Amino acid sequence: MKQISTIKLGLARGTLEIKQFNRQRESVVFTILFPVILLFIFGSVFNDSIAPGVTFSQYFVAGMIASGLVNSGFQQLAISIPIERDLGTLKRLRGTPMPATAYFIGKGIQVLYSMFLQLTLLLFFGTIFFGLDLPTQPSKWFTFTWLIILGTASSTLLGIAFSVVPKSGRGASAVVSPVVIVLQFFSGVFFIFTTLPSWMQHFAAIFPLKWLTQGMRSVFLPDSFATQEAAKSWEINKIAIILIAWLIAGVFISLKTFKWTKE
Amino acid sequence: MLHPLVIDVSNLTKTYGGKTAVNGINLQVHKGEVFALLGPNGAGKTTTVEILEGYRGRDSGKVSVLGFDPNAKVSKLAERAWRDQIGIVLQTTMDALDLTVRETLTHFAKYYTNPKDSNAVIESVGLTEKVDEKVRTLSGGQRRRLDVALGIIGRPELLFLDEPTTGFDPEARRAFWELIRNLRDEGTSILLTTHYLDEAEALADRVAIINNGEILEVATPKTLGGRQNSKVEISWIENGEPRSSLSDTPTATVQELAARLGGEIAGLTVARPTLEDIYLKMIGENS
Repeated sequence: MKQISTIKLGLARGTLEIKQFNRQRESVVFTILFPVILLFIFGSVFNDSIAPGVTFSQYFVAGMIASGLVNSGFQQLAISIPIERDLGTLKRLRGTPMPATAYFIGKGIQVLYSMFLQLTLLLFFGTIFFGLDLPTQPSKWFTFTWLIILGTASSTLLGIAFSVVPKSGRGASAVVSPVVIVLQFFSGVFFIFTTLPSWMQHFAAIFPLKWLTQGMRSVFLPDSFATQEAAKSWEINKIAIILIAWLIAGVFISLKTFKWTKE
Repeated sequence: MLHPLVIDVSNLTKTYGGKTAVNGINLQVHKGEVFALLGPNGAGKTTTVEILEGYRGRDSGKVSVLGFDPNAKVSKLAERAWRDQIGIVLQTTMDALDLTVRETLTHFAKYYTNPKDSNAVIESVGLTEKVDEKVRTLSGGQRRRLDVALGIIGRPELLFLDEPTTGFDPEARRAFWELIRNLRDEGTSILLTTHYLDEAEALADRVAIINNGEILEVATPKTLGGRQNSKVEISWIENGEPRSSLSDTPTATVQELAARLGGEIAGLTVARPTLEDIYLKMIGENS
C-alpha cells in the first residue's frame, strides 16, 4: 500500500494551522503585539547605560526576542493544545491515519510563522526607537538563524510535552503563564542576569530561556559586552549543546506522553 | 451469513475503578452490514465502540476490527494502514471553527491514500450551499453532517457512527438515512449507535440491545424480542367508545369483529409492538 509522507502531511498541517491562526484576530494581535508593548514599557522606563555603548533597552530587546520563542512556542501551545483536547479536535485527528509527528510538525511551522511576525516587529521598533543595532557580520546572522531554529523547535516540543499538565483547556493559562513569567524573571529578560541572586542564576541555567537570551545578546550586543556575562564569555557552544539536549528531551517526552483525549 | 467478519469481539470486558462498564460482550458484524448498537445512557455503548476504534484499552477479551487488534502494540505504520480503512464519526465535536467546510474536508482528504472527491462528499451530505462558509456559522445539524462527511472522506471499509442524527430535524434525518443506505449499497460496513429506535429500524440489518455492560439480544429489527410472534393490539370504535384487545390471531379477531359489527369496523388499527415497545420492555425487565 502506498504511504503518504509524514513530512508532506506536516506541511499540510502547518498551512492549516497558519490559516486558523490568522483568522483568530485576538490571538494574532496578542501574540504579536504583546512583546512590542513590553518593549515600549521597559525600554522607556529603563533607558540607562549598563556598559560602554550598551543601554538596558538593547539588553532588553535581546531578551524579548528570546522570550518570543518561549511565548509563541511553549506558552501558546501548552495553553492551546489542552483547549483542542477539550473541543475534541485531537480526538478526531487521532481517529484518522494522520501521525502524531505530522501534527507536531504543523505546530512547529505555525510557531515559526508567529515568531517571524513577532521578530519583524521587534527588530523594526527596536532599531527605530531603542538603539538596537542589527548585526553586520554574517557569523552573527548565522548564530541568529540557528538560535531561532533550535529555539523554535525545542520550545514547540516542550510546549507539546507540557500540554499534558493542565487538566483542562479552561485552566491551562493559569497553569502555564506563571511558569513562563517566573522563567523570564529568572533568565535575565526583565533584569540584567548577572545582577540576580546566584541561586536564581543557577536555577535559570537549567532551562533553555536563559541560554536563548544569552545567545540573542551575543547577536545584538557588541562583543565587548561578552566580558560582562556570568561566564565572561557568550558560551556559544554551550548554548547550542543545551538547546539540542532540550530538543531531544522534548521529542522523547512528546512522543511518549502526548494525549489525544482526556481519558 | 457468508460474508466475512469486519468486527469480531469475544468476552470483552472493561472496568473503570471497580465499576464494570462492559461485561463479557460478544459481537460479530459482517462485511456490508449495517449493525446498530442500542441501549440507554451508561449501558456501555460508547465504551465498547471506543475500544473498537482504538481510543480505549480493554481489560480482557478478544477484539478484531478489519482483522486488526486496535489495542495491539504494533508498528505505527500498521496502525496508519488500519486507520486508512476506517471512518469515525464521534459524538459532538466543536473544532475547526475558523475554517470553511471545503477547507476542512479537502484537508482531511489528504490524510487518506484513496480519498473520495470532496465536492461529491459535500454534495452527498447536503452542504453544497454552505461549502465556503465558516464552520462556526453552521447550525448544529449542518455541523453534524460535516462530521459525517469527515468520517467518510477516506472511503472507509468500516464506518463508526456514534449517535449521528442527534439534533436533526425530521427532514434532515430522512436525508441522512438515504446517505447511509447509499454507503451500504457501495459496500461500506457500518456500526451505528443511536437513541432513535425508528432510526435503527430504518437502517439496521441487525440490532444489539446492550444494558449494564451486557448484550441482551442480537436480532433483526423485525424479530427482536420475539416481536414477530408477539401479541397484536387491535383497536376500534364501538358505540362511540374506543375499544382494544390483544390477540395472537389478529386475522381471526378482525374477522370476528367484522361479522359482529356488520361490515366496516370504525377506527380500526392493527398494530404489532414497535421496536421501541420491545426495547423498553427488554430494558425494563433487565434493570
